[in-house]
Amino acid sequence: MLARDDQDSLKRTPLHGLHVSLGGKMVPFAGYDMPVQYPAGVLKEHLHTRTSAGLFDVSHMGQIALRPKSGKVEDAARALERLVPQDIVAIAPGRQRYAQFTNADGGILDDLMVANFGDHLFLVVNAACKDADEAHLRAHLSDVCVIDSLTDRALIALQGPKAEAALAKLCAEAPAMKFMDSGPRKVAGIDCFVSRSGYTGEDGFEISVPTADADRLAKTLLDNPDVLPIGLGARDSLRLEAGLCLYGHDIDTATTPVEAALEWSVQKSRRTGGARAGGFPGAEKILAHFDHGAARRRIGLLAQGRAPVREGALLFADSAGGEPIGQVTSGGFGPSLNAPVAMGYVPTSQSALGTNLFAEVRGQRLAVQVAAMPFVKNTYKR
Amino acid sequence: MTTTLYSSDHEWLAIDGDVATVGITDYAQQQLGDVVFVELPKVGRTLKKAEAAAVVESVKAASDVYAPVTGEVLETNAELVAEPALVNSDAQGKAWFFKIKMADKGELGGLMDESAYKAHTA
Repeated sequence: MLARDDQDSLKRTPLHGLHVSLGGKMVPFAGYDMPVQYPAGVLKEHLHTRTSAGLFDVSHMGQIALRPKSGKVEDAARALERLVPQDIVAIAPGRQRYAQFTNADGGILDDLMVANFGDHLFLVVNAACKDADEAHLRAHLSDVCVIDSLTDRALIALQGPKAEAALAKLCAEAPAMKFMDSGPRKVAGIDCFVSRSGYTGEDGFEISVPTADADRLAKTLLDNPDVLPIGLGARDSLRLEAGLCLYGHDIDTATTPVEAALEWSVQKSRRTGGARAGGFPGAEKILAHFDHGAARRRIGLLAQGRAPVREGALLFADSAGGEPIGQVTSGGFGPSLNAPVAMGYVPTSQSALGTNLFAEVRGQRLAVQVAAMPFVKNTYKR
Repeated sequence: MTTTLYSSDHEWLAIDGDVATVGITDYAQQQLGDVVFVELPKVGRTLKKAEAAAVVESVKAASDVYAPVTGEVLETNAELVAEPALVNSDAQGKAWFFKIKMADKGELGGLMDESAYKAHTA
């Protein structure tokens, strides 16, 4: 248990009072007092999101505007390409893309979303990294951009097959949006930024809303009987089934985007032979991984038994003896699969789908198999 | 005539002679959340008091269940292994974990009765 003064030092999102009134079980997360679950519980919250719609408070995440001093968004895009291996220049107005800040060793400092809002870029970064990200942006892009931390906004995710219908009642433009569309929209008359994206593998939206209107918007969405509040517990099991990385666990400063099996997120223009190849921190190592392969790789794992294989479990090639070949970085029980799911790193030579491995759980070696991700088919509206 | 006692680790023990039926309390299942996996000790194993005897896993986390008394495992609940959610629906009934033949009934002196346990979790 936390001492009282520790609890008091935790930050609160604009929806904190709502979480408490809904019976949320509050826990410390990335410096915030956040709901890990509501009275429905992780299992029901998870399944409800996959069959109906779930509302998540992700206001702890960082929202940053990169405003080009020239007024030309392509100048901000070009500047941001100094820090990420993605093609930012090619993001069309009204679209967003997944990206990573890399370090000089080719590791990942944070993963983020980058949207082109026409005259500036809008970034969403992880809560635990947001101060460091902001300092990083200021240190490297201040010549070209004003870095504007949007601390006066909350962020609400609405996810699941009924998210579109629920949002359409408050935002007539929502149904026409496609996966990874992003930009300013009115929601219930409030000036919001809406993207069609999320962290569950489901179709859905993320809505950036001014702090003053956040509680009213969340309550309006929750008035819809299809929409239930969902805590961080189900957020984690949903993203795990969707095969999505959790920063600080599945990716960190010691993993390159290639090792992390995120090659799809690095466009050809930034790779060897591309129009703007390299030019980001750690390019030498990351491009070498693209060109010659990396020694290890992030893989999905399905267990043969019912016992969850969790973060930290060592992976072995054989049922007894030998040295560990890798480790689980995220793992738990997948409520939709009704089975344990995990991801971790193994030597690339043992990363092929179907490879039989063993995970050590409480001293026993449990049979696991390298499996395709996502574990649950995603339902993005492309 | 059975008596039910409680440990500070949130196990219940239904005492019948020198045999105790052991499970986790309703309070414990509420703290754990949705239980998805239970691992029970082998029949015939001798458990020492406070030794990790079983594992109960929710979607979120794994927790050990400690032997509240020393003794030999006589029987385990196969129905619970097949349906771990019984812990949530009937923690102090159908979701018993194991039966243990107590080696030293003197160890029961350190356990609580229902009213003491209620005060402990209040």
